[in-house]
Amino acid sequence: MHSLLEVESISKSFGDLAANNDISFSVSEGEIVAVLGENGAGKTTLMNIIFGHYLPDSGSIKFKGEKIPVGNTRAAINLGIGMVHQHFTLAENLSVLENIAIGNQSLLGFSIDFKQIEHRITKISGEFGLSVDPRAIVSDLSIGEKQRVEIIKTLFGDCELVILDEPTASLTPQEVDQLFLTIRSMVKAGLGVIIISHKLDEILRISDRIIVLRNGKLTGSMDKANFDKSSLAEMIVGKKIERPEKNKGKKAEKLMELIGLNISSNIGSPMGLSDINFELFGGEIHGIAGVSGNGQRAFAEVMAGHMRPDLGDLLINGKRVKKFTPRAFMDEGVAYIPEDRTSDGVVGELSILDNGVLTETKNPKIANRFGFLNKKSSTKFVGEICEENDVRFQSLNQPTRLLSGGNIQKLLIGRWLKRNPEIIIACQPTRGLDEGAIVSVQKLLLEERDKGKAVLFITEDLDELLLVSDVISIMFDGKLMGPYDYDKLEKREIGLMMTGSGIL
Amino acid sequence: MRLEVRETYSPALSIIAPFGAIIFSLLCSFVLLFIAGAPPIESFFYLIKGAFGSPNALAETGARATPLILTGLAAGIAFRAKFWNIGAEGQLYAGALAATFFGTGLINLPQFLMIPFLFLVGGLAGALVILPLVILRQLYKVDEVVTTLLMNFVILLFVSYLLEGPMKDPMSLGWPQGSSVIDNGVLPQILERTRLHLGFLIAIVVAICLWVILSRTAFGFRIKSVGHNPAATYHAGIPLFKTVLVVACLSGALAGFAGITETAGLKGYLTLDLSPGFGYTGIAVAMLAALNPIGIIFSALFLAMIYVGADSMSRAVNVPTYLADVVVAITVLSVLVSLILINYKIQIGKLKF
Repeated sequence: MHSLLEVESISKSFGDLAANNDISFSVSEGEIVAVLGENGAGKTTLMNIIFGHYLPDSGSIKFKGEKIPVGNTRAAINLGIGMVHQHFTLAENLSVLENIAIGNQSLLGFSIDFKQIEHRITKISGEFGLSVDPRAIVSDLSIGEKQRVEIIKTLFGDCELVILDEPTASLTPQEVDQLFLTIRSMVKAGLGVIIISHKLDEILRISDRIIVLRNGKLTGSMDKANFDKSSLAEMIVGKKIERPEKNKGKKAEKLMELIGLNISSNIGSPMGLSDINFELFGGEIHGIAGVSGNGQRAFAEVMAGHMRPDLGDLLINGKRVKKFTPRAFMDEGVAYIPEDRTSDGVVGELSILDNGVLTETKNPKIANRFGFLNKKSSTKFVGEICEENDVRFQSLNQPTRLLSGGNIQKLLIGRWLKRNPEIIIACQPTRGLDEGAIVSVQKLLLEERDKGKAVLFITEDLDELLLVSDVISIMFDGKLMGPYDYDKLEKREIGLMMTGSGIL
Repeated sequence: MRLEVRETYSPALSIIAPFGAIIFSLLCSFVLLFIAGAPPIESFFYLIKGAFGSPNALAETGARATPLILTGLAAGIAFRAKFWNIGAEGQLYAGALAATFFGTGLINLPQFLMIPFLFLVGGLAGALVILPLVILRQLYKVDEVVTTLLMNFVILLFVSYLLEGPMKDPMSLGWPQGSSVIDNGVLPQILERTRLHLGFLIAIVVAICLWVILSRTAFGFRIKSVGHNPAATYHAGIPLFKTVLVVACLSGALAGFAGITETAGLKGYLTLDLSPGFGYTGIAVAMLAALNPIGIIFSALFLAMIYVGADSMSRAVNVPTYLADVVVAITVLSVLVSLILINYKIQIGKLKF
């Protein structure tokens, strides 16, 4: 096997923070290398350096034995390095064909040879098992299909090394299997692949070699022959992780009920809800499985008061709700942890202090009756949130965007728990978090359940769903199936129901 | 050339950068003066003298700064909530219309009531102009940049119609101007025999009040939050519609105040050239001050100095007064670039800033 990429003692600091510290590794032709590490461990920085987004402070990168110019994305692409980003970079209103043409055509050209592009797309999809309709509009595609388009876009430029950033983050088990087939055919064709991930189980299945980053340093490297899950997990976090133990919650009284609820689809939520009957009990975590885009967003938003149902009733503590605003639901004891914590959860530019009291501008302890903010009690309030929920920060006045995803999530959840809510609506609360943070978020929710609170837990991660939930419903195409007790379901069955087949 | 985000915030840099920008723009204007055939240092001396050289010059600078502070605050508060009110010019005229309608004899109150009353109706008029536009924006996503901008022309032509017709002062010898504001409504001079009037002090007090509101109250906090991230703010239970509505109306009212200071303070009556673009210059004032109300007082004074100084400079060394506009434009551009420098590192080749 020829060596494809050689990274030699790359270092990169942002201010005092050493994001990458003397990292060396290599990828050979036909090899799948996984880069594991917590958020903030330096994975993304490292990939951005390889791809030319960032300039390293020191070190060099060789591609096929030759030094590549650092900090030059165009050069990296021309040499044959391709990257599939975690957040898709597709124009939703254009077709697959047009999206691929954009990245690969000269802007100054007069005409685009769509025939030839389509021909090539068909060839690539055939070769690597990436079935997608080139004429389809991107906004109509599922997450898995969009990802396939991203991969085709990358392969279109004749690349020899493909970097995949968190590729399985929102795929169903079936889609993950399909993606892995694609990756296998890519390496069979002689390509090198780097996968960035934090999902250990999947990585163990697919990769030939695993390297682990922690706090910007390379802490370990392991070949397929020696794979060992528990020691890898330890390498990632630097200590043993204690996962929450599975135990069933004590079902208490009914706190929220949805009767015959309908929401028509519109621009704000492309997937509506049809005929939802649903009950949420105290002392229980009710897990909702489903591929994102099947109505979970509308479901969560209606339960958090962000959306008014077209038809049907929503009852809190047996009382029919008439006013659908976030504030009204907050006052009824509902807490909503949104799916996208950086855009819907916190105001990144504002300080931790400001974000910690954002929900409290009507709290007499924080703002007096003339509307003046009390800095001292705010500081105490946010200090308590951070201490009780283990939010790590340098200063309460630092911009919140500088916090890691896990700390942002703990700050957000902590802010809601301070209001002592009865009902917690949690959308993908652990998505994109590292192992350590995932466990703390899960434990926080389990603790609330044990205090008798009702928790709605929407996730795409089935392992997590089965670990945390007491009862499970499955959402597909705006409809809800279930509830089922968690121990009555197999992962495989849930996967089938998530795609609309195999309805029990 | 590439930009990299600065991960650390440097307070020293955030103070030095804007001043550096102002010095840079002054150097640029030296070059322009040189090209215009005037001795740069000497011209600059005349500019300073024209703006600060005598009590009268100082008073004139203060008088010119008055509407700029108010329109600057109007832009500043709206921009904080990312509501792009480009219509301060029209709202200023709406305030001036209100002053003419109520203040020229329709209502007569003692002075200590008449002046607040005029500010009240002027503010209301400015807010009323913006009200339908903010509702359109919040409900139907109609771009407020377009609507507020176009509203300026609507209002200006409406004022033109009124001054040529129903509101024309019969004593004006045919000039299209409104009747004079009654004596009880006129803002008294604060320096004898100059044009500096009470409006200047009122503008400063308004700026300080606004600063307190924005930095110390829950309302100011909500505005800041809405401006940075409306989605997260909504999720935290803060009503977006209400917040932006209040901000926009406040912005319109502040611009309306500027109409009052010009009609009841500087001129005494409404004319079509009441404002030489104060509403638009207010945007530059606000940007120069990074939307900080206290900063707006100083940036308004700075721009007023340039405009007033440029008048006397142009007389002394015979260069066009339009140089003032160029200097202001260069200053605003340099300050905006300097604000980028606070947040990003710039790298050109091997050079790093």
